Amino acid sequence: MPDGATPFVLDVKDLKTVFRTRGGEVHAVNDVSFTLKPGELLGVVGESGSGKSVTMMSLIRLLPMPPAEIRGGSVMFEGQDLAHVPEETMRAIRGARIGMVFQDPMTSLNPVFTVGFQIMEPLRKHMGLSKSKAANRAVELMELVGINDARRRLGDYPHQFSGGMRQRVMIAIALACDPKVLIADEPTTALDVTIQAQILELIKDLRQKLGMAIVWITHDLGVIAGIADRVMVMYGGQVVEQAPVRELFANPQHPYTRMLLETVPHIRGERSEKLRVIQGQPPMMGKAPDSCPFRVRCPHAFDRCAEQNPPRFDVGPSHDAACFWDFKTGAPRHV
Amino acid sequence: MLTYTIRRLILAIPTLLFISFIIFLIVKLSPSDPTAGLPLTIPPEVREQIRQSLGVNDPILIQYFKWLKLMLWDEPLHLLEGWTGLNVAPDGARIISYQTRSPVMELIMQRMPQTLWVVGTSYIVGILIALPLGIISAYKQYSIFDQVGTFVSMVGFSVPTFFTGVLFIVIFAVNLGWFPSVYNTTHVVTDWPSFVVQVKQIIMPVMVLGLYNASQISRYMRASMLDNLNQDYVRTARAKGLNEKVVVLVHVLRNSMIPVVTVIALNIPAVFGGAIITEQVFKVNGIGQLLIIAIQGGDVPVVQTVSFIFAVLIVLFNLLADVLYGVLDPRIRYD
Repeated sequence: MPDGATPFVLDVKDLKTVFRTRGGEVHAVNDVSFTLKPGELLGVVGESGSGKSVTMMSLIRLLPMPPAEIRGGSVMFEGQDLAHVPEETMRAIRGARIGMVFQDPMTSLNPVFTVGFQIMEPLRKHMGLSKSKAANRAVELMELVGINDARRRLGDYPHQFSGGMRQRVMIAIALACDPKVLIADEPTTALDVTIQAQILELIKDLRQKLGMAIVWITHDLGVIAGIADRVMVMYGGQVVEQAPVRELFANPQHPYTRMLLETVPHIRGERSEKLRVIQGQPPMMGKAPDSCPFRVRCPHAFDRCAEQNPPRFDVGPSHDAACFWDFKTGAPRHV
Repeated sequence: MLTYTIRRLILAIPTLLFISFIIFLIVKLSPSDPTAGLPLTIPPEVREQIRQSLGVNDPILIQYFKWLKLMLWDEPLHLLEGWTGLNVAPDGARIISYQTRSPVMELIMQRMPQTLWVVGTSYIVGILIALPLGIISAYKQYSIFDQVGTFVSMVGFSVPTFFTGVLFIVIFAVNLGWFPSVYNTTHVVTDWPSFVVQVKQIIMPVMVLGLYNASQISRYMRASMLDNLNQDYVRTARAKGLNEKVVVLVHVLRNSMIPVVTVIALNIPAVFGGAIITEQVFKVNGIGQLLIIAIQGGDVPVVQTVSFIFAVLIVLFNLLADVLYGVLDPRIRYD
């Protein structure tokens, strides 16, 4: 590795995003830090409103600004700080070096343009390909993501594709310029379970072939267990726990993670058993947190949780958790 | 699409026949006397003879079929002869105006150019103002530009043209003396100075009507743009790294134009109909004025014929709007 280069393809430090609304500010992302190694698949989990999508959208600056505002932190990618580069540079990175796949394939494609046109757009913009070359590449991409009869389907409109096929088109668009990082924002949530499995297989397969790093946002822990290398759990716009996937499932160290894992329904076991839920709602962050955001829903909360926002403590090899409670000793942490 | 269009055209025939019958009946049933406008010195016997000669004492169905035959067969052939010089026009009766004793079609053809010029120009001006106004207003929603634009279009839409017309005359013709208050239809453009005169006299009626049209269309444009700007596919377009111009003017605009083009097409018959009131205000002797005078003078054939031509135009442009809808939106296929 040459001097000054980092082992990370993406290195986010203390990212802070605030929405300014008429009712005051909403602190959606609070000092989020994480890294992504080349070829790694990072799962990001948390319930709705925990800030997982907003974090990823703000690091590629895809949030409407205003009302959103990146208030601090850095996002190092290929030697540049994405939080501070001009918009022009950001546009050259979006869709070329960082690809994105979104949740709802039914609405994510423009209904009045052909699928071919939409796949060719980034190719022509970022790689400067001619129309015929872009068309050839588009056909390759469609074949790569498993769309049959690609040459003929180039001229079809999105409504002529099924949901799963549209998501494949979205993936083809995201991968068009051979990106270093793919951000997948709940790409299987809107799909049938069988199609979900197909898309998961496709992504696994493409990762093998192309070697890009992936950030996979989801609230489906089952998906994460099957696909991720490492998992980051988010709550209240911050990272509450982060660990390699096996470690996280075997040995969760944050009460929120533990409760999330308990909510997963089991096929075996008592049928009369009720679905477990975490009572309450994730907080609306009206100000930068000065206490633990999970405290009101946490069974282990004690005085200190209300006085200070817990930092991320190392709790194992490349495993950290932002909690004052030490599950290993069953007592508050001494720090 | 072709079969659909043909099917619609065939369906238009019974529709128009029905409309023609209703128009004929309504106008006929109104208590008007073709001799009412004649001098009082004409004795009743002579009046009765005049009525006889005009055929108004025949059974109503006979009158209808006579009129319909002239309207659908003789008059179009006369028009064709007028345009091409071919000797195809049948001899015999024509639809004659009670007031002027000349064929109604010729009256309409004399009036049409003025209406097309004044009202047509105002429609084009209105569209040219409305589209950018609506696009920018929506893109910069709640900005000063949007606030002012929305306010002006609300005023333009709610204040009737007979008020703005008179207001314009008071301000620009009477007080400032910039433009003439009356549109001189006998004016012929032969050289530059006469062209300037033409521009000066057309400005006020065009502005009055243009403001009204622009208000209406810009509201549609703005609403349609707003609907589309928040769609997921817009985020996808931005995620591809496209610049804002392409995102808004290619991706969003193409979708937003679908309903707006329909509205524009549906309103075109109104151009031919002329703005009855505005033509009165500025003394433009177009179709609108012809209709008003005919109504006041109890000139039944003119009222029937002009109304029927409007009905034909409305049916045709409805069809055109539907076909355009299918052309613009690939999701809509009629076959």
